[in-house]
Amino acid sequence: MKYLGLIWHSVWRKKIRTSLTILSVFVAFLLFALLSAVGFAFRGGEDVADAERLIVLEKVSIINPLPSSYQARIQAVPGVEAVTHANWFGGYYQEPRNSQFAQFPVRPYEYFTLYPELQMPEEQLRAWANNREGAVVGSQMAEALGWEVGDRIPITATIFPKTDGSMTWEFDIEGIFASDDPRGVTNFMLFDYEYFDEARAHSRGQVGWYILRVEDGADPVAIANAIDRQFENSPAETDTSTEAAFAASFAAQFGNIALIVSLILGAVFFTLLLVSGNTMSQSVRERISELAVLKTVGFEDSTVLGIVLSESVLIMLLGGLLGLGTGWLLIQSGGLLPGLYLPASTILLALAFMIGAGVLAGLFPALKAMRLSIIDALAVRA
Amino acid sequence: MRLLNQIVAVTVLNLRNLPKRLGSSLVAILGVAAVVVVFAAVLSMANGFERTLLSAGSDDTAIIMRSGATSELSSGVSAQQVQIIETSPGVLRDGDTALVSAELYVVVDVKKKATNEDANVPFRGVELGAFDVRRNIDIVQGRVFEPGKNEFVVGRAAQQEFVGLDVGETIRFGQTEWTVVGVFEAGGSVAESELWTDVRVLQAAYRRGNSYQSVRVRLESEESLAILEQTLADDPRINVDVVSERAYYASQAEQTTGLIRGLGYPLMILMSIGAVFGALNSMYSSISVRGKEIATLRAIGFGPFAVLVSTVVESTLLALIGGLIGAAAAFIAFNGFQASTLGASFSQVVFDFAVTPDLLMQGLQAALVIGVVGGLFPAIRAARLPVAQALREL
Amino acid sequence: MTAIATLRGVSKTYQKGKERVDVLHELDLDIPEGDFIAVMGPSGSGKTTLLNLLGGLDKPTVGTVTVGGAELSSMSNNQLSRWRSNNVGFIFQFYNLLPVLTAQKNVELPLLLTNFGGAERAKRAQIALDIVGLADRATHHPRELSGGQEQRVAIARAIVSDPTLLLCDEPTGDLDRDTADEILKLLQTLNREHGKTIVMVTHDAQAAEYANRTLHCDKGTLETREAA
Repeated sequence: MKYLGLIWHSVWRKKIRTSLTILSVFVAFLLFALLSAVGFAFRGGEDVADAERLIVLEKVSIINPLPSSYQARIQAVPGVEAVTHANWFGGYYQEPRNSQFAQFPVRPYEYFTLYPELQMPEEQLRAWANNREGAVVGSQMAEALGWEVGDRIPITATIFPKTDGSMTWEFDIEGIFASDDPRGVTNFMLFDYEYFDEARAHSRGQVGWYILRVEDGADPVAIANAIDRQFENSPAETDTSTEAAFAASFAAQFGNIALIVSLILGAVFFTLLLVSGNTMSQSVRERISELAVLKTVGFEDSTVLGIVLSESVLIMLLGGLLGLGTGWLLIQSGGLLPGLYLPASTILLALAFMIGAGVLAGLFPALKAMRLSIIDALAVRA
Repeated sequence: MRLLNQIVAVTVLNLRNLPKRLGSSLVAILGVAAVVVVFAAVLSMANGFERTLLSAGSDDTAIIMRSGATSELSSGVSAQQVQIIETSPGVLRDGDTALVSAELYVVVDVKKKATNEDANVPFRGVELGAFDVRRNIDIVQGRVFEPGKNEFVVGRAAQQEFVGLDVGETIRFGQTEWTVVGVFEAGGSVAESELWTDVRVLQAAYRRGNSYQSVRVRLESEESLAILEQTLADDPRINVDVVSERAYYASQAEQTTGLIRGLGYPLMILMSIGAVFGALNSMYSSISVRGKEIATLRAIGFGPFAVLVSTVVESTLLALIGGLIGAAAAFIAFNGFQASTLGASFSQVVFDFAVTPDLLMQGLQAALVIGVVGGLFPAIRAARLPVAQALREL
Repeated sequence: MTAIATLRGVSKTYQKGKERVDVLHELDLDIPEGDFIAVMGPSGSGKTTLLNLLGGLDKPTVGTVTVGGAELSSMSNNQLSRWRSNNVGFIFQFYNLLPVLTAQKNVELPLLLTNFGGAERAKRAQIALDIVGLADRATHHPRELSGGQEQRVAIARAIVSDPTLLLCDEPTGDLDRDTADEILKLLQTLNREHGKTIVMVTHDAQAAEYANRTLHCDKGTLETREAA
C-alpha cells in the first residue's frame, strides 16, 4: 500500500493519455453493464426461476392446451405438494403495441400459494377472489401505466372473444403485487380463471399449463417423470420440467441474440486490451531511466513488476468502476428500458474482467520493466 | 496552391513517421475496425430479419384473420366464413376457382441445430391451392405432400436450421408420425422457416374440426383490398380484419427490428466514442513524437494551417483503413450468416444476415467521423505548438 | 583506517560484437572508510564500470568486490537490491528524479523499501532535505527546480537511508561552475561532518580537487595521486 502514492503519480504521468485510456475503459464497461442487463432480460430471468417448481406443458407444443381435468390427477401424484394452472390470454391495453405485458387467467388463492415471492396485502387477495371481474397487476406494470386499485380497465383480446362476440374484457383492479426479489419481473396481470372460462366463446375447460411444487425432499425429476408417464398415450401428452429448465430452454429460442451480445463484448474487450496495453507500453518506454533509478536505489525486480502491473490495473479499475457505476445508475433509473436489472454476478464478473484485463494489458510492459538492465537503461540517458 | 503544397509536404512527412508509432496507430485502426464490425453485425441482423419478413409480403395478396388477432396464431376462422370470403368481390379467380387459401397455423417443438434446444417451429396446414395463391413457392427437392397423408414439405431455411428435417426422415409430433417428403424455397421469405402439410390432416391431428386460422386471398388488383374489406365489414355473419400481406409482415417485423435497432444505435454511438478516444490517443502521441519535427517545419516557414490539416488527414486515413478492415471482416463473417429467433407469431423465423453495400457505406461514414473528430483536437494542439520552446525542449 | 571497500584481482570484460573489450584489468583497490576519492580518466577507461561494481549494479568477470564486509560478487540480484537500499547512495549526472513526484516524495523513495511508516518517512526526508539546504522546496516538482536544486534533491535521496558509501557519476557534469562548486562543497561537508565515504567519477580536474585524493583510470589500470 505504501507504493500507492508512487503508482498513483506514475499513472497520471501523461494526463491526456491516461484520461483517454480511462475513458475508453469507461465506455467498455458501460457497454458491458448495459449489454449484460439486456442479455439478462432476454434470458427471461432464468436466474430467478425456482428449481423446486415444476411446469407441466403439452408435449407437442407450448401453444397446445391441456384439459382442466388433469389438475386432480397431478395432485394425486405422490410428492406433489400443491398444483394450479394458468392460461395465456394474449390481450392488449388500448394499442397492440402495448402488448409488452402479459395477462394470465388463474385461480387466485392457489396461484399466490405457488408463488410465495409475490407479495400482496391479504385483503386485496380476498377482494380479488370475491370479484369475478377483478384483476391484480404487478407493481412494475401498474407504475408504467399509472393504474391504481379501484380502476376499471378494458383489455382487448386477440384470441378469446367473449360469448357475446365482444373482444373487450373489462376488469376492476383489486390489488397490486410486488416481487420480494429485486430481479423479479412483475409486468403482468392476473384475473380469475372461473370468470374467464365461463365468459370465453371457445376452448372451455382447457388450461395452458400447470404449475406445481414438490414436497420438501422429494425428487423433482422423479415426480416429473411420474406425471408424464401418467398421461402417456392420451390425446394430450405432457412434458414436465423444472421452472428453471423451462426458462432456460425458452430463452434459447431467442438463440443467436446471446451470441451476438458476446461477440460485441468480445470485440469491445479486445480493443480495450489494445488501447490500455499500448498506453502501458508507451508509459514504460518513456520512463526506462526512471525505472532504472528505482532499481538502483534498491527496488527488487518483482517490486518493479508489481508497480507497473498495479498501474495498469488501477487504470482499468478507475475507468471500469466509473463505467459500471454509470451503467448501474442508468439501469436503476429505468430510463433506457424499464424492467432491466444488473445481477450481482455481472458486477463480480466485471470486477474480474477489470483486474484480468489490467494484468493482461500491463504484463508485457511490466516484464520489460522487470528485466531492464540498470546499466543499459542508465546509459540511454547519459 | 502554396498552401496545398505545404499540406502535402507535411502530410507526407507525417506518414513517413508512421512506422515509428506502429503500436498506437494500430490501436486506432483496430478500434475503428471493431466499431464497423459491430455496427455491421447488428444492423445486418435487423436488415436480414426485416428482409425475410418483407419479401414474404405482396400488395395484391390479403391476409384475413379474426378481428383483433395480432398474428395467425391467435386467429380463428370457420369453414363457413371461408366460403363467404371465396365468393366475395375483389378476389381473383382462375376460371371457377377463387384463388383463396384457408390455412391452419400451429407450432411444434423441433430442436435447433445450434443449441439442441426445443424451438417453436411453425407448422402450416394448407390446401394445394396455396401454391397458386403464393407465386414464389418452388419444390427444390423431393415432392409435394400427398393430401390425406401424414407427410409434409419443409422450407429450405427450416431444413437447414433445425434437427431431423431432411427428405425421407420421419419425425414424431405427439402421437402422430410425420414423413418429410420435400423441400421448398420461397424466395428467401419467412415461409421458408415453416413446415407445410395438408390442412385436413393437420386439422385432424390437432382436433381443430373444420376450422382455420387465416385465409390468404389473391386480389384482382391492389385496389380490390378496400372493396373486399368493405364487403366483409358489411356482412353480419363474419367479423374479420383484412390487411395486405405486406402490411401484415411489416407489422410482424416491426417489433424485433425495432428492438435490434433500438439497442444497436446507442451501442454504436457508445462504441464510436470509445474509438474516438483511441484515435485521440494515437494522434496526441503522434504529435508528441513529432514535436521537434513540427517545430522545425514551423521555424523554416510552414504555416500552422498546413500542420493542422496534415494531422487531421493522418487520423482520417487511419480511421478509413480501420473502417475498410472492419467492413471487409464484417462482410466475410456475417453476410449470409443464418440465424433464427422468436418472431412476433411466437414461432421461429429463420433469416440470413444481410450486409448490404448501403450498410457498409454507413459504417465507413462513421469511421470518417471518428477520424476527423479524433484528429481535430490534437491537430489544433500541434498547430499551436510554441516553436521556440519545442525546439529547445527536444 | 579500515577499508570500507576492497577490490581484489578484479577484471571486467565486455563482449562488443566480435571484439572483447577489457575495461578493467586485474585491479586491486582499497577504499578506506571516510575517504573522498575522485576517479578521473578518459571516456571508456572504466570509471563508470568501477562505480557500478562498487554499487553492486554490475559484477566482475574475475575477482572479488567486498563492500562493508559484504562479498558483492556472490550475491543474487535480489540480495543486491536489498543491500543497495541500505548501504549505498547513488548520485547521477542527470539527477534522475521522478518527474511525477515532489522533491520530498523523491527523497522518500528509498524509504519505501524499509518498514518505516508514512510519518517517519516524511520526517527523515525532511531531515535529508534540510542537510542539502532545500527544506523549503519539499513540495516542488523537479521541473520547478533549477539544475543545482535537482542535484541537491538527488543527494538528499542518496543519503536518506543513511548509507556509508556515496557513489557519484559526474555529479556536476551538467551544471555551471558556481553551482558545481556548491554541490562539491556539499559533498565535502557530507564527507567531513557526516562521515560519508564518497567515490566520485568526474571529467573535471577542478572538481577532483575537492576530493582527498584522485585515482587516474586508464586502460583498465589505476594510478593514485594524493590531493595537494
